[in-house]
Amino acid sequence: MHGETDMNEGGPSGRFAPSASPLVHPHVVTERSPATTSDLSFRASAAKALGDVQLRANFRRAMDGLMAKRAAQFPDPGDLQELRDLGTAVRARSLLRLPELLEQLEASCSRNGIQVHWAETCDQANALILGLLQAKGATRLVKGKSMVSEEMHLNAFLESHGIESLESDLGEYIIQLDHETPSHIIMPAIHKNKGQIARQFSQKIKDAKYTEDVDELTALARKVLRQKFLEADAGLSGVNFAVAETGTLCLVENEGNGRMSTHVPPLHIAVMGLEKVVARLEDVAPLYALLTRSATGQPVSTYFNLISGPRAEGEKDGPREVHLVILDNGRSRIYGDPQLQATLRCIRCGACMNHCPVYTRVGGHAYEAVYPGPIGKILTPQMEGVGLRHDLIHGSSLCGACSEVCPVEIPIPDILVRLRREATHADAGSKVAGKGTGRTAAEDLAWRAWAAVLKRPGLYRFSVWFATRFRRFIPGGLPLLKAWTMSRTKPLPAPRSLQERLRSEGLPRV
Amino acid sequence: MSDARPDSRSAILARLRAAGSGGPLPDLDTAVLERRRWTPAERVRRLRQGMEAIHAEFLEARPDDWPAVIRAFCEREGLRTLLFGPTTEAGRRLAEAMAGSATTLRPYDAPVETFKAELFQSVDAGFTTTLGGVAETGGLLLAPGPREPRLLSLVPPLHLALLRASTIHDTLWSAIRALGWGQAAPQNALMISGPSKTADIEQTLAYGVHGPKRLVVALVDDLPGSPK
Ligand code: SF4
Repeated sequence: MHGETDMNEGGPSGRFAPSASPLVHPHVVTERSPATTSDLSFRASAAKALGDVQLRANFRRAMDGLMAKRAAQFPDPGDLQELRDLGTAVRARSLLRLPELLEQLEASCSRNGIQVHWAETCDQANALILGLLQAKGATRLVKGKSMVSEEMHLNAFLESHGIESLESDLGEYIIQLDHETPSHIIMPAIHKNKGQIARQFSQKIKDAKYTEDVDELTALARKVLRQKFLEADAGLSGVNFAVAETGTLCLVENEGNGRMSTHVPPLHIAVMGLEKVVARLEDVAPLYALLTRSATGQPVSTYFNLISGPRAEGEKDGPREVHLVILDNGRSRIYGDPQLQATLRCIRCGACMNHCPVYTRVGGHAYEAVYPGPIGKILTPQMEGVGLRHDLIHGSSLCGACSEVCPVEIPIPDILVRLRREATHADAGSKVAGKGTGRTAAEDLAWRAWAAVLKRPGLYRFSVWFATRFRRFIPGGLPLLKAWTMSRTKPLPAPRSLQERLRSEGLPRV
Repeated sequence: MSDARPDSRSAILARLRAAGSGGPLPDLDTAVLERRRWTPAERVRRLRQGMEAIHAEFLEARPDDWPAVIRAFCEREGLRTLLFGPTTEAGRRLAEAMAGSATTLRPYDAPVETFKAELFQSVDAGFTTTLGGVAETGGLLLAPGPREPRLLSLVPPLHLALLRASTIHDTLWSAIRALGWGQAAPQNALMISGPSKTADIEQTLAYGVHGPKRLVVALVDDLPGSPK
């Protein structure tokens, strides 16, 4: 059921869906070689998504509900601001001490019996995990939800090595059945409605009859997956927060599949981005309070699971081995820039996408990235190259809804503006991936022409005269003007320039 | 350390160190957490309200009669097997009270490998104690271990938990501090606020997706001044 390799079917996610080759991400860019060209086009996929009425309805309904639920959880704006300030300070402190905290985390985990591994790239992390599984002869892996493993395209990698890698979060399970990628970081299957899921279950789950009843659909998945938990050789999970002082991995979830994946099989492998560490266990409490409320409007999740070690002496269950894989994949480069470092404060709550007018209209797949929405717009280009993902950094109205709701106050619009600049004109000493590679010849030419005109008074006056007199005759289809006129009316220059008008009022020439 | 690639480790740490320190650490103002305090009776009320909102069920009991309350519940529900940790004080009292009951008490006293299929397929319910609760949002605090294994509160379709009213903390934050988890975290610790649930299909809530379908809390009123 999960071993097929024909993952490139149609649909908005088709192109980005993992293939079965070991190097599964066609657009992964390593530290050393940011790609500069690509056929990725947010503009084109967004336009396509906008035409999908069903998709838009699915997202609109879901996002409206999520926004209302979040708002209900923060009735007091003063309290909310205090909590955000605290959460922001916790994350900022963690980042300021990141290298020490990571070392401390490693030492604490080792003391607790959790084995720590480091990976600079997704390829390294995949190979590490494969090695851990093969050492145990494991062929059946169950997974709790992990966005980092999505970033690594771990499932496709493991499947290509003959290891079943089964998503057990219901949403992830649903999209894995259809070989899709998540369209939201918290609710991966939010783009689907229950009719679509009912059809899919009746076709792909053995002996399942067609039903649109959500409880029955859930029960179907429960039945399949409980058997998988029972039989699994290994479990994999992400990490919401890792605590340096105590060597604790914190997992937030509602379904219990995270606990199943981490406590039932004899081997547990956790993967985390290196930014996830915090100093003390009590620091996690405000982040947790912000996370569940911001994400789904819940004051508390069903489970908040703190794992500080494998099965201890005398324990009757729990994994015999726990491993933690710490992944860099471009994060240490982002860390090197004082402004862009704020990107790493993110606790992956998804509130920015829930409140984003662009995301709500185009959905998650249009971004053709693991992380969609506002956080994806700043994270993906920094990981893959600002030139390559130029469309993403421009696909924003900079309305600021994201930073207004972000529980850790990431200034997403400011970072977007910075990345727009980096994409064409790198700042001095910039470490941004693909800096300066977003320039186009046409844009360069236009700026050069602009500069030339402004430097020559005669040419400038002639241009102004020309634009004002022939204002109605400037074709909207001109190369650069077209970007504007595609979805807006053509701007019409005034019939006379300001200087001309001032002169006619008798004011001296300036 | 078990690191197979010391080069990755040092390369990553070197890049992070090269970024240099970005200045002084911002202060942590925890006033917003410290303010959240309630009287013991209010804590009980809040915890119940929070947990009932997400489908947890409550049984009311006194310090002397909770084992009987649990027995009555098990029989009323027609539970055939109740898995429990036999070596805790509460486990011993429960075993005494369940003698001769139609519900069979099954001790979790051997490694899970010896009865994994049975655990998944034919245990009706699991009983655990708790270390306390969280009033602010509702939630039970557990630290599974040798006496009460991890899967006891996860695999059986019904989780029956014993909570003493006097052990309810104001917030998760104050509970972590009071229990000393920040100094010595238990091998596994967790907060549970309700039965397993999902909203992954069209945002519609469905209960009992992977873990317990029901969470039943035997709430023991041991607050001073309450009728004994
Ligand atoms: S950027 Fe902020 S709002 Fe968006 S997912 Fe991250 S923490 Fe949440």
